[in-house]
Parts: sequence; C-alpha cells; structure tokens
Amino acid sequence: MSNNRQILSDYVLHLADNALILGQRNSEWCGHGPVLEQDIAITNISLDLIGQARSLYQYAAQLIGNGATEDRLAYLRDAREFRNCLLVELPRGDWAVTTLRQFFFSAYQMLLFQQMLHSSDTTLAAIAEKSLKEVTYHVRWSSEWVIRLGDGTEESHNRMENALADLWAFTGELFVPSDYEKSVADNGIGVDVSSLKDNWLQKVQDVFNEATLTIPTTTWFQSGGKEGIHTEHLGYLLADLQFLQRAYPGMEW
Amino acid sequence: MATNTNISTQQIWSLLEKVTDPEIPVLSIIDLGIVRAVNHSEESGETEIVITPTYSGCPAMDVIRMNIRMTLLEHGIEQVKITTVLSPAWTTDWMSEAGKEKLRAYGIAPPNPSQQVCDMKLFAEESVQCPRCGSYSTRRVSEFGSTACKSLYQCNACHEPFDYFKCH
Repeated sequence: MSNNRQILSDYVLHLADNALILGQRNSEWCGHGPVLEQDIAITNISLDLIGQARSLYQYAAQLIGNGATEDRLAYLRDAREFRNCLLVELPRGDWAVTTLRQFFFSAYQMLLFQQMLHSSDTTLAAIAEKSLKEVTYHVRWSSEWVIRLGDGTEESHNRMENALADLWAFTGELFVPSDYEKSVADNGIGVDVSSLKDNWLQKVQDVFNEATLTIPTTTWFQSGGKEGIHTEHLGYLLADLQFLQRAYPGMEW
Repeated sequence: MATNTNISTQQIWSLLEKVTDPEIPVLSIIDLGIVRAVNHSEESGETEIVITPTYSGCPAMDVIRMNIRMTLLEHGIEQVKITTVLSPAWTTDWMSEAGKEKLRAYGIAPPNPSQQVCDMKLFAEESVQCPRCGSYSTRRVSEFGSTACKSLYQCNACHEPFDYFKCH
C-alpha cells in the first residue's frame, strides 16, 4: 500500500472507530433507559452511529484491500489498533454523562462533517452529507438533555456538574490533530480539526448558558486515543463487542 | 425458470413497486424514493438498480436489497447489480404523494416538507396532523420512535398515540 493510501486508511479508520465505539457504548442503554421513549432515542442514535461506521469501514476496507472487510476491521483488531478518541470509550456513567458526552461529540461531528462536505475525496464527502442529517437530530436531542438536567433540580444539576468534571479533560483531544489528520488536511481530503475548536466552544457556551453550567478553566487535556493509546475501558468494551467473532470465527447470523 | 431478455426499463420500474419496506409494508421502495436509477441493457440483459439508504444505519436496507433480487428473479431477471449511493442524501421530500397518503391511511403521520422544519431550534415541535382525527393539536412524546425514521406523537384531541415519519 502506498504511503498516501496508508495515511488515508488510517484517517478513515479513525473516523469509523469514533462512530463504532460510541455507538457500542450507547447501545448498553438498550433495555435500561430511564424511560421507554429515551431508551429508544439513545439506541436509535447508536444505530445511526453504527451505520456511519459501516460506511466508513467499507471504504477503509476498499483502501486497505488484501481481504479486508468491514467486519474484520470492526471485530478482529485489538485495542492498540483502534484510533478513536478517548472521549467515546469512557463508561456510559449515568444519564448525565451519556447525554453530555453525546452533546460534546455530536457538536464536534457536526462541525467536522460540515467541513468534510468540501473534501476532494468524493466518498468522504458523500458520507459526510449523509451523516450530517442524522447528526443534526443528535445535537438537538443531546442539547435539550444538557439544558433539562443542568437547569433542572438540584440533584440533576449536580449530576451534570459531576459529568462535566469527569468528561472535560477528554474533549481537548478532538481538536489536536494526529499526524495522519494533518496529512489529509494538507491534501484537502480531511478536516483541520484545530480550526473547529472556536466554533465548538461557542456552541458549548450557548447551551451551557441555558443549562446554567460553566465551562471549566482547566487547560490540561488527556490524549492518546488517536495513536492507539487507550484507557483501560476500551479493552472491556471490545471484549463485549468482539466476543462472538473471536470465539466462533466467521460466524454469521 | 427462463431468462427474461425482453423486458424494458419501464417494466423493471413497475416490478420494483412490488418491493416494500419491511418495517412499513404499505410503502413500496418507489413510494419511499430510495430507487435512484434503473440501468438496463437490453443487449446484455444486465440490470443495475441504484438505491440510496434512508438512514445510514437503517437495518431494513439489507432486506430491501435481497427483496429486490428475489422480485426480479421471479420475473426471470437474473443478472442484477445493486449499487448503493450516499449522495445526494435521501430526503423525505422524495417520498411520493401516493406514499404519503398510504402512510396516513396506515396510521402514520406523513413527513412535513423539509424546508419548513429541519432546523436546529431547541425544544421546538413541528405541527403534525393526527392521522386518525385530523387535529393539529398534537404533541411530541419523543424525537425518536419505533424506527430511526419516525418520532412519537400523541393527539390532544382524540388522545391517539401515533408515529410521525419525521422530515429528513
């Protein structure tokens, strides 16, 4: 595989892994949501994310060739080969953690895909166009929850404050480009994520104003996920996700 | 089964009207607007069906692909290639008027035109007409319903809970 193709497939895998891991994490709520309607909502969001991941894995498999398939990429890579951001692999926590994380991620994805519409890579531009419609709903749904809980009761507000304290240090990584992100951004294929940060912060500020929450002043952020250095949580998630294919290789429904 | 070589592109479009959405069986894939092109070569007998998904993760798409194959095979069309395209992205504006009426009769409120409502305003609710009694006094119970393409509503007039095929 040529160097450029390798870099592009790394980038596509990074995008795919973000969507798959958050989709898998959210799907843990299936049957456990606070009320039936919200159980359905979060699992529908999972479905959208896993659908986006499938489109991206199919493209990555095409770039990698050599017998790669979307299933092999999702089910047979180890934690160190995953390039997702740490934010998406963190435990689901309570409803405040789940909805605040979804808001942080969806607001980022929205800005990312709006830029990716202009990618010189037509496949990525098409996936961005398709996904953007879905992400619009995710941003709205998650924003409403952040406001509802943040500006709710003392208990719900405290839960949101705790979620914010847990998650904030993992948001910085979204906007610090890895080497492969820098390369594809320079080629007009990928998005320069560092350019998204100001707009993202503005969106967070707008929602936090209504939610009576304050953006933390800490400037130190956790990182490593994009290079395959993960938290201890990813291994457990993958054990769950990949069990069937590891135990029964090639098994189909 | 004999191979049917004398079939026209128009006849293939008609056959595709028999392929329905497995989640909403009153709607054909033509009503939904997900068939983007039919490319049929009368010389070689090869047929390409170009489709686009409603939502990225719609689990019905795999079933729809299989049903297209089976329906065409029943009519002797064997060499079928199904191509999936993502752009331009599907919109509920592509749903046929006949399809919208079928939805209403089935008890699902059809989608409003997208330019009116697909925006980012928080806590806003679309004015959706109750498919049972026709009242516009309805309220959204949840943004997401039984499938990705629907949200849950309830009518304030007749109290009927119903699905709304949301604008997309």
